[in-house]
Amino acid sequence: MGLRRILDDMAPHFEKGGRYEKWYSLYEAVDTIFYSPSKVTVAGAHVRDGVDLKRIMITVWFAAFPAMFYGMYNLGFQSTTAMANMGLSTTGDWHAPLIEMLSSYDPNSVWDCFWYGAVYYIPIYAVVFIVGGFWEVLFATIRKHEINEGFFVTSILFSLIVPPDIPLWQAALGITFGVVVGKEVFGGTGKNFLNPALTGRAFLFFAYAPQMSGDAVWTAVDGFSGATSLSQLAAGLPALNATGSELTWVDAFIGREQGSIGETSTLAIMIGAVILLITRIASWRIMLGVFLGMTAFATLLNMIGSDTNAFFATPWYWHLVLGGFAFGMVFMATDPVSAAMTNTGKWVFGILIGVMVVMIRVLNPAYPEGMMLAILFANLFAPLIDFVVVRANVKRRAARNVI
Amino acid sequence: MSTDVKTILFKPIVAENPITLQILGICSALAVTTSLRVTIVMCVALTVVVAFSNLFISMVRSYMPSSIRIIIQMAIIASLVIAVDQFLQAFAYEISKQLSVFVGLIITNCIVMGRAEAFAMKNPPLPSFMDGIGNGLGYSCVLLIVATMRELFGSGSLFGIEILPLVSNGGWYQGNGLMLLAPSAFFLIGFLIWIVRSRRAEQVEKSEFRLAAHTTQEAAH
Repeated sequence: MGLRRILDDMAPHFEKGGRYEKWYSLYEAVDTIFYSPSKVTVAGAHVRDGVDLKRIMITVWFAAFPAMFYGMYNLGFQSTTAMANMGLSTTGDWHAPLIEMLSSYDPNSVWDCFWYGAVYYIPIYAVVFIVGGFWEVLFATIRKHEINEGFFVTSILFSLIVPPDIPLWQAALGITFGVVVGKEVFGGTGKNFLNPALTGRAFLFFAYAPQMSGDAVWTAVDGFSGATSLSQLAAGLPALNATGSELTWVDAFIGREQGSIGETSTLAIMIGAVILLITRIASWRIMLGVFLGMTAFATLLNMIGSDTNAFFATPWYWHLVLGGFAFGMVFMATDPVSAAMTNTGKWVFGILIGVMVVMIRVLNPAYPEGMMLAILFANLFAPLIDFVVVRANVKRRAARNVI
Repeated sequence: MSTDVKTILFKPIVAENPITLQILGICSALAVTTSLRVTIVMCVALTVVVAFSNLFISMVRSYMPSSIRIIIQMAIIASLVIAVDQFLQAFAYEISKQLSVFVGLIITNCIVMGRAEAFAMKNPPLPSFMDGIGNGLGYSCVLLIVATMRELFGSGSLFGIEILPLVSNGGWYQGNGLMLLAPSAFFLIGFLIWIVRSRRAEQVEKSEFRLAAHTTQEAAH
């Protein structure tokens, strides 16, 4: 066990009194990523599980990979298609030499699309990872808590929910806000009450509205403007695909539409969902709750109908595949820290999100997309939901024991 | 100036700041801080009101029946606020229009009522007056910091003079829209409280719940 020996040899320098005592949290992070820590809790009643927080977070990270890879391909596909339609032969900015190094701009070639997407996505992810990681390590070092792999998840989720066109400095600012204000000021992972990735996105959404919403940002081609499927529906028009013809449900399900990088493909997200559900990392109660809440409320609005707002007629299976709904349901709402903890509470929490997202999408004319705000809203209610559930349980059990 | 007066005057600036320690007067701190010019007028208006309300309330404090003291305090404060409001409308009409209801709302500003109850009711007029000025200064300090950040990063200017040229005017700076919305003041005041309390640990509130310490030991592999 060479690696174990190297780590053990290094250990004294990082422990109390050692030369690099300050950097203990970094050493600890590297050590525990390779080996399960041998420390066990001795006080109180505990059920030991082979899976610790670190493994949980890394599994979620892997579960986001299908959405990420499809997102890269789709980013390239949307962009190259738009370029072909506009008659452009190069992107004309710093991306161009990198793209042209390994591919051309052929929308029919999977490799060309994928590489185009990679050249746009990887810088975003790198910036998010480095800047967010910097804050995580800084706080861990000063406050002497562990560096948490929750950050792996926060960084990949954050990078997947921003528009492909986002300027890199905004990505850096957004993740800074998400990590510092969304998590670290409250004491780090486990003590935050909002989802840090969504907090960062909400910051950008309100601070730099022109770059975070509107028609120009969803395809990474300068000067291209095309409404997202949701804004099309909100305006009472049919959703469109890249070539301007009407979007079919299957297209939307597979994800051949423009949008934030990782959110378009419901299929790829479902693969992640299956991984999370089989490993029991994400709560099926929350996912099902979100789905049922959305379906019920969307169906209710279908039945009510409206003469002025065509969005009322959008059926639930369209809500499922458009915008950030699937991504939010699988990866954001199920965040174990900011969601409700009790089983009943998880149902209520999920349904609240599902109802709110349709309400914001359909009934609020200002925002065609509502997943981010719906989840943040429910995050705020999660402690209250748990409180009520626990009190109700206490009351029920007390009543059982009347002598 | 005796040390006493000095303490009364300067304590509220950092050590007992009405906003960062007592969390009073937040409403106007959110509402008026988008532009520095308006903020300064608001700060002066509040300082004048709190100083004179302290002075007058302290002067009549021994003649007030305790059961109706709040009504009397309100009458004094309201008169002062109306006077200030009329003054602004007469001499600074533009700014008074931007401040709209917020001058009138000084009546309900917790700092004014709080100082009247906590200080002016128990102290002679001159120290009360100084306490009013001090708290006004403490309020102003926070508001000016918040307004500087919000105007600079939100609209790229200070006192309406362009400092960071905006993209919309052909410059390079992308205005931060969040800074123009009221919630940004919450974040800024929160950061300010964070800074103050990490320097002055005595201001940190005791936690309501204490987490038990970790009890771990090495297990046999």
